[in-house]
Amino acid sequence: MTELQILFTGILVLLLAATIVAHVLDEVRPSPSVDNLIARINAWWIMVLALAIAFGLGRTAMVVLFAFASFNAMREFVTIAATRREDHLAVAAAFFIILPLQYYMIWMDWYGMFSIFIPVYAFLLMPIVAVLKGETEDFLVRIASVQWALMIAVYCVSYVPVFLSLEIPGFEGKNLLLIAFLILIVQLSDVLQYVWGKAIGRHKIAPRLSPSKTIEGFLGGVISATLIGAAMFWITPFTFWQAGLMALGISLMGFLGGLVMSAIKRDRGVKDWGDSIAGHGGFLDRLDSLVFAAPLFFHLTRFFWMTNL
Amino acid sequence: MRRLAAHFVAGAIVIFARALTAVRGVWKGVAPAPTRRVYFANHTSNADFILLWAAIPPQYRRHTRPVAAADYWFKNKLRTFIGRDVVRGVLIDRDPETRSEDPVTQMAEATDAGDSLIIFPEGLRNMTGADLLPFKTGLFHLATARPELELVPVWIENLNRVMPKGEIIPVPFLCTVTFGAPLAYSTDKARFLQTAYDAVLALKPDTGDG
Repeated sequence: MTELQILFTGILVLLLAATIVAHVLDEVRPSPSVDNLIARINAWWIMVLALAIAFGLGRTAMVVLFAFASFNAMREFVTIAATRREDHLAVAAAFFIILPLQYYMIWMDWYGMFSIFIPVYAFLLMPIVAVLKGETEDFLVRIASVQWALMIAVYCVSYVPVFLSLEIPGFEGKNLLLIAFLILIVQLSDVLQYVWGKAIGRHKIAPRLSPSKTIEGFLGGVISATLIGAAMFWITPFTFWQAGLMALGISLMGFLGGLVMSAIKRDRGVKDWGDSIAGHGGFLDRLDSLVFAAPLFFHLTRFFWMTNL
Repeated sequence: MRRLAAHFVAGAIVIFARALTAVRGVWKGVAPAPTRRVYFANHTSNADFILLWAAIPPQYRRHTRPVAAADYWFKNKLRTFIGRDVVRGVLIDRDPETRSEDPVTQMAEATDAGDSLIIFPEGLRNMTGADLLPFKTGLFHLATARPELELVPVWIENLNRVMPKGEIIPVPFLCTVTFGAPLAYSTDKARFLQTAYDAVLALKPDTGDG
């Protein structure tokens, strides 16, 4: 078996175990939180299936899958953002020009362009499109909302398929494993923080931002995700210690990303980003940690492991 | 042939509305049912009835007809096809001078045939900044003529952001359609209309700027 097959087999076993435990719990002690757990696990099956198909089909499927995720994430973002009708053209451009171009350039592997396209060109284009309407009220807030929507939901999310373009000596043709490592650690860290928090959580870590997060959950989740990451070094180009440090970085960024996205939700007065993923909320509720972890993990890997920059 | 095409176009319109807005029916005060109903909703966009229509499960959607202005829907061939064949609109003449049929009678007869209705009691699309404009009296007269109908208040959220007036490109925003509890009938016209108005407004989500 290849590393990827072993990995997916492991995840399937894990999901199967979780499904059985949840349904046993539902028989023994049914409650709304068990219902929510089952909904979450069912959604995990679908997400893992979608990822498995994209991994199996390769580059194009990966680009399409994350373009789809970006579309959904950006729709959630602009829905709660403070845009007005004067921003219509800017928002339309973000959806129908910037998003497809970004993923097209990733697909064709044009690093020099896709790595700066949104932070430079889209950043400057959005306020220009909006300013031509002549509406100055709340201009900064409105246009910053559109820029943030593009940075978070498109630019940062699009880093995931970009891993396929890396050229690491001795790791040729195995870049999918880096994506698997990233997604696995980010999501495990989220789940483990939740599990540790439920089990032994006492002290709130950020009561105003995210009342359910605890210090115990944070430490337990980050430490266990780091250990798992180190133990997974054999699927990466890293050594044991390097893989552990990468997993630590990914977990910490994921945690902080979750806090930032929570702050935005609270500011806009919503609890979840949407409800398209039963039990989880919206796409952004599932992607928030990944959004912050992916760019850092990508650039660290690129900087230290790619020889011919 | 025409019916088949209408059926196909109806499906395509619903799929398009879903893809763009991920529209979701929130059945807060009532569940989807074959009961004959009058859904009355806020009106900010020409596509309102499509969204409301898409939020109703398909088996009931076929028996739910929007009430709309004949002058708008008979303007050209495409609109006539969509208004009359695809959504099976109850098309009423807004001008009392020219019309041959009384709109309330037209609506009542449609419900007698077993169908539910979608109406927008504000009369015109709401282009002001206000949440909801005062209601016209048609809803009251229909309720008086057919007291057995279930009157369901509905709030359509965010559709005006998808395609504001004067824009031609629709933009993706998440939309919801919230269905409230059926209204009690009252013989007092002013009181009835006020209760109906409040019932619709009460369904507006209180998050974000809307």
